[in-house]
Amino acid sequence: MRDWADFTVEEAGGRMTVVLEGALLVSTIALLDRKLRAMTDPVQEIDMSRTGDIDTIGAWTVYRFANENNAVIVGASEQADILLQAVRDSASTAPIEPPRLPVIPRVLDDTGRKVVAFGQGVLRFLGFLGAVIVALGAVIRHPRRFRYRALVRQFDLVGVSALGIVGLMSFLIGIVIAQQGAAQLRQFGAEIYTINLTGRLSFRELGVLMTAIMVAGRSGSAFAAQIGTMKLTEEIDAMRTIGVAPLEALIVPRILAAVLMMPLLGFYSALLAIVGGAFIADLTLGIPFMTFLSRIQEVVPIHDLWVGLVKAPVFGLIIALAGCYQGMQVQGNSEDVGLRTTKAVVQGIFMVIVLDAFFAVFFSEVGWG
Amino acid sequence: MIDEIENEELLEDVLDEARSDVVGHFDGEYPIEIEGLRNSFGSQVIHENLSLKVRRGEILGVVGGSGTGKSVLMRSIIGLQMPDEGEIRVFGKNTIGVMPDEESSVRSRWGVLFQGGALFSTLTVAENVEVPLKQFFPEIDAELRHEIARYKVVMSGLPEEAAAKYPSELSGGMRKRAGLARALALDPELLFLDEPTAGLDPIGAAMFDSLTRELTDTLGLTVFLITHDLDTLYAICDRVAVIADREVIAVGTIPELLKTDHPWIQEYFNGPRSRAARATSEAAGRGKSVDKGADGKA
Ligand SMILES: Nc1ncnc2c1ncn2[C@@H]1O[C@H](COP(=O)(O)OP(=O)(O)OP(=O)(O)O)[C@@H](O)[C@H]1O
Ligand SMILES: [Mg+2]
Repeated sequence: MRDWADFTVEEAGGRMTVVLEGALLVSTIALLDRKLRAMTDPVQEIDMSRTGDIDTIGAWTVYRFANENNAVIVGASEQADILLQAVRDSASTAPIEPPRLPVIPRVLDDTGRKVVAFGQGVLRFLGFLGAVIVALGAVIRHPRRFRYRALVRQFDLVGVSALGIVGLMSFLIGIVIAQQGAAQLRQFGAEIYTINLTGRLSFRELGVLMTAIMVAGRSGSAFAAQIGTMKLTEEIDAMRTIGVAPLEALIVPRILAAVLMMPLLGFYSALLAIVGGAFIADLTLGIPFMTFLSRIQEVVPIHDLWVGLVKAPVFGLIIALAGCYQGMQVQGNSEDVGLRTTKAVVQGIFMVIVLDAFFAVFFSEVGWG
Repeated sequence: MIDEIENEELLEDVLDEARSDVVGHFDGEYPIEIEGLRNSFGSQVIHENLSLKVRRGEILGVVGGSGTGKSVLMRSIIGLQMPDEGEIRVFGKNTIGVMPDEESSVRSRWGVLFQGGALFSTLTVAENVEVPLKQFFPEIDAELRHEIARYKVVMSGLPEEAAAKYPSELSGGMRKRAGLARALALDPELLFLDEPTAGLDPIGAAMFDSLTRELTDTLGLTVFLITHDLDTLYAICDRVAVIADREVIAVGTIPELLKTDHPWIQEYFNGPRSRAARATSEAAGRGKSVDKGADGKA
């Protein structure tokens, strides 16, 4: 149980005196402070002769009350006097939050800013793209300067360490497609076409698309968070001053890794989806595992493979660009790192899906339908 | 005037919100006691059989070469670093093996200034100062809390406009001061300062020193002060602990330390920078605080 500081009021000859009692410490002051704030009558004198220990928070409470009432403080101990003096010297009325507009202007202001920021964002992104191309050019002209170790490390992070999760996911998706496809095709007695469905869909669409989503979630976010944190801790500035171009050292390896790993991962994913399909076909449709696989070779045209392999590096590029760009835009605080990371993933996946729709139309127009 | 009923309501509000685990002042002799401490990272042993006692009401300077483990020692005391062996008692209570977010009765009574400032980057300076107040004394009225944040900011030597700024908008030295404002938020009995004056201009550093001394004298603080600043050592430290060879090799007032013949101590206190600092300190008559440690409290 705490001994809350308190007070009594004494009146003598028209002079109101507040007599404080108890220790005036951060742990005991809350009640006294609230009571003093609730008081409305004017007070001329504050008696501190019955108070115990005091800290600056106690001193501030007394000082503020005295100051508001123009009251004199009597009976303060030597220590209390020093603290009262200290808080008096430090008194301030400055705002403690950044200035904020009232609601309606703020909404308008925010909207305007967002529109302008969007326009600037587009320009900045184009600028970033240009800078990346220049950096790529520099790397090609001075291949010696290129950081092969960084590239290999990114291969590992983006590609090799994703094998487990991408494989499992693709296997399960393959099962779902074959199983659901068979359920529909059975109505026409065309169950055998499950093989066409699974094979073509895996190579053309699902393998690459699901991999892209997984890479955006794993690596796009990692790029943004890592580069963003490096910006906050001034590592990027330090690199620049030492003459290391962050674009060449950080971004080019990441982009190359994503571009080169995506086709491999996409192909791998398509294979495992087919294995998943064959597995479920063996179990529930009565199509033997090996028959399923050998039929795949007959029913999947080779251009389906090319469709997947053409799309994959483009998706990798989009995801890596979004991640690196957002990372480089981080400013100020850790909250921004979070926001930018989210943006990197959302933009990456969104752009991938939009482009995938374009590709679908394009490939059917060129006769690879 | 406020009437009885209103009084009752206010008391109830306060009691509702207040935490139950806040305890009073410590009145033992040693707020910090360390015995047989051993710390290591992998195969690198930082401390071996280190012992140290900090007296109540003193400013203990902690010196040692870079990388000798001063910051690690501080982290062990405040429970952020799990030692391999040894005992650490703060306010007579064991801090080893206690999770950092438990044991608030001890935590509300110390303030910590980290070497890097460690401000919360999504909060303004004033909001940073309010965090410990809100955490440990939620019963304090919001109005009072804002006022406390304001005067703490000014008291730590920041301009008053800085209260509404975010850490990323401050200079390096200002961040240090904002960190100090947060460390002082609760008027703690025990203050840990990790190189508080590094990165401050000399005038600012001197102000910082006198603020620390003044608060120590008026509030009876105990200060654990890691520093490389010789002026600070001479001007305000009652005693100095020297860390070398993985342990505290000597503790005492500067004159006492000068009598030991450990080569590092001799080099440290008899180097040109140290002589200069001593000369200024003596010229300014500030050597007093050092002497006081020698005859009074020692
Ligand atoms: N998290 C960590 N992991 C591994 N080693 C660490 C870690 N933190 C510190 N060390 C090592 O412990 C030793 C002591 O570090 P510490 O930060 O305590 O030095 P210090 O005495 O505070 O130095 P300075 O005066 O430069 O601040 C150093 O050698 C450092 O390399
Ligand atoms: Mg340190």
